[in-house]
Amino acid sequence: MSILRLFTRSARRSAPAARERLQVLLAHERASTGSDLTAILREEILAVIAKHVQLDGDRVTVKVDRDENVSILEIDVEIPLDAARAA
Amino acid sequence: MGKVIVVTSGKGGVGKTTSTAALGAALAQRNEKVAVVDFDVGLRNLDLVMGAERRVVYDLVNVINGDAKLPQALIRDKRLDTLFLLPASQTRDKDALTEEGVERVIGELKKYFDWVICDSPAGIEKGATLAMRHADVAVVVTNPEVSSVRDSDRIIGMLDSKTLKAENGERMEKHLLLTRYDSLRAERGDMLKVDDVLEILSIPLLGIIPESTDVLKASNLGAPVTLSDARSAPAQAYFEAARRLAGEIVPVTVPGEKRGIFGKLFGRKAA
Repeated sequence: MSILRLFTRSARRSAPAARERLQVLLAHERASTGSDLTAILREEILAVIAKHVQLDGDRVTVKVDRDENVSILEIDVEIPLDAARAA
Repeated sequence: MGKVIVVTSGKGGVGKTTSTAALGAALAQRNEKVAVVDFDVGLRNLDLVMGAERRVVYDLVNVINGDAKLPQALIRDKRLDTLFLLPASQTRDKDALTEEGVERVIGELKKYFDWVICDSPAGIEKGATLAMRHADVAVVVTNPEVSSVRDSDRIIGMLDSKTLKAENGERMEKHLLLTRYDSLRAERGDMLKVDDVLEILSIPLLGIIPESTDVLKASNLGAPVTLSDARSAPAQAYFEAARRLAGEIVPVTVPGEKRGIFGKLFGRKAA
C-alpha cells in the first residue's frame, strides 16, 4: 500500500505541470501585451469594413500567435445577416 | 558616474526589499559607494529591513519637493561607511513622485555614488514605472512559483518598453535573481527548477538565493543578511550576485546541491 502510494506520488510531480502551464500562458500573453499591434490592426480593419458593412465593434477579433518559426495573424469578423443591406 | 540598478518583480513579497538591502550592503562591503533608494512611497520598509527606521528625518518626497536637500535626507549606515539609504515617505502616496523630480534626484545620486539601487514597489503602476525609468541595469527578483514567474515576464516586457533606455533604442541589461529557492523540492519535482525559470524568462542569471531562516532572522534584527551572518548560505549567494553585478565572472552555484551518492541515487529514482 505504502509502496504503491510512493509510486503514484512520484508520477504526479507538479513542477512539469507548472512549467507547461506557464509556457502556454506566456506565449499567449506576450503576443497580446507585447505590442499594440493587435489593437491598431483591430481599429483599422474595423474602420475599413465599417465603410461597406454595418457591424458591431465587439464582433471583430484580431489575434497574433507566435512560435519559434512562424507568426499567425488571425482575423475573425462576424457580419450579421442583414448588415450588407443595411449599410 | 555611478550605475543605476532597479530591483523589481511585479509581484509583492518575493524579496525585493531584502535583496536591495543585501546587494547594497554586499557592494558596500567591497568598499564601493552605494545608495539604496526606497521607491515604495506610502509603504516604506527598506528603512526597517536595514535597521534605520528611527533615524528617518527627511525622505525622497521631501527632496523631490525641495523641502530638504539630498545630503540631509541620506542616512549613513551605522555599520558600513559607504552605504547610504534614501527612505521613502510613509505619509504620502505614489502620486507625490514626479518624473522630473525623480530624474533630478537620480542624476544627483549618480554623481556621488558608484551604485544607486532603487527598490521598486510591487505592481506595474506609477511607483514601479518611475523606479525603473532611469535604470541602467534591472534585477528581476523571482520566486520559483507560477504567479511570480508570470509577473516577472510582464515586468521584463515593461523594462523593454517603458524605460528611458528602451525609448532611446538601447538594450536594457536585465538579470534574474531567483529567491526562496529550495533545491531539494526542485530536485523532487515539486518546485520549478532554475533551468525551467531561465528557459521561460530567458534573461541571464545573477544568482540563486536559497530559502533560509537566516533571511527572516536578519530582517528581525534590522540588518542586511550579508552583515548579520556573512557566512550563511543566503549571504554567500548575495555576495556572489554582487560580484557578478560588479562585472566579475563567477560560476553560479546552486545552494544546497551538494548531495552524497545516496542522495543522487535517490534523486535519479524519483526523476
